[in-house]
Amino acid sequence: MAELDTSSGGGKKGGKVRTKKANTKVDLTAMVDLAFLLITFFMLTTSLSKPIAMDIAKPDKNEKDDTNRLELRASQTMTILLGKNNKVAWYMGEAKTATPTIEGFTEVRQSILANKKKVADLYGNDPKKTLVVVIKPTSGATYKNFVDIMDELNIAQITAAPAIDDENILDAEIAVMKQNGIL
Amino acid sequence: MPRAKVQRKSTSIDMTAMCDVSFLLLTFFILTATARQPDPLKITIPSSTYKIPVPDVDIAKLSIGHGKVFYEVAGQDVKMATLDKMAAQYKLEFTPTERKRFGVIQSFGVPIQSLKQYINLPDEAAREKSGLATGIPADSTNNQLADWILNSRQAVAELHSEAMRISIRGDAEEEYPTVKKIVDILQKQKINKFSLITSAEGGAQ
Repeated sequence: MAELDTSSGGGKKGGKVRTKKANTKVDLTAMVDLAFLLITFFMLTTSLSKPIAMDIAKPDKNEKDDTNRLELRASQTMTILLGKNNKVAWYMGEAKTATPTIEGFTEVRQSILANKKKVADLYGNDPKKTLVVVIKPTSGATYKNFVDIMDELNIAQITAAPAIDDENILDAEIAVMKQNGIL
Repeated sequence: MPRAKVQRKSTSIDMTAMCDVSFLLLTFFILTATARQPDPLKITIPSSTYKIPVPDVDIAKLSIGHGKVFYEVAGQDVKMATLDKMAAQYKLEFTPTERKRFGVIQSFGVPIQSLKQYINLPDEAAREKSGLATGIPADSTNNQLADWILNSRQAVAELHSEAMRISIRGDAEEEYPTVKKIVDILQKQKINKFSLITSAEGGAQ
């Protein structure tokens, strides 16, 4: 060990009176504790403060060119309307015939998963015919709602790119949302 | 009978080497840690389970909160080049010192007319206090935000021959129509893909 032996050698050998030397050894335990605490702090903060990006692609908004419109089957389309008070309304198929379900964000994950399974069963697990989700954020929704719903799709592993449509909110949809007090 | 003496060893360990190593590590982490840039716009970003980190270069950051928009482009050179283009477009003059100062300004939200005054304020605290940061105008009649984005895209393309990415930092409680208004501006420039910046969510299933 690298301790310095500074204690007065063999006691009173030789009868010489030596001045008592102070021990130069410092207890470093506390210092090491502190250093490791700070290391832990810096290690955790450097990796955790990294912001994360969620990539979003919106449909191209070219009014003149209608050729790149994609037709979807009603049976594989789930439309989620984002309303106020952190509520969503979702329905399968077309707005005219379907009756939307009003749910909170905690329940919608189950609904997405259930619908995903339903569509997969209907088409015999055809990878090309999976559930397509159309997200329609209305004026009542907050930005957080939008991020949350995109996150739910990510968790539910919806492979088809979600269509984010904030332009064409149908009258029937508005009526239902108003009726349920979420718009 | 004399008892057999067990030689006692000292329990104290020499901490010097350990101390050296830990401080070396500490220094390393302090130096590599990037200080969190203070944001002039107070925003709480929503959380998500996504795990894609945001790149540091060739990216523009739009902060949306409380009905205001703040803008920032990454990179000093890009910032200065963008300012030059904006100055030419709006027929304003910026001195070389002002250009340099603008290069180190983080996110800003001032109309271009009062940008000169904003740059010349001594520090970030004074800038915040000045009340000049009213957000970048983004109306259809005075769409400076669209010009900032367009000019910085050109600057990034010229300087780095890279396509600029757009990221949006929105306040969690911001209403969707405000975000939509900004997204519409982006889509007018045929930017259909952008990143939403979120914080990591713990305990995601």
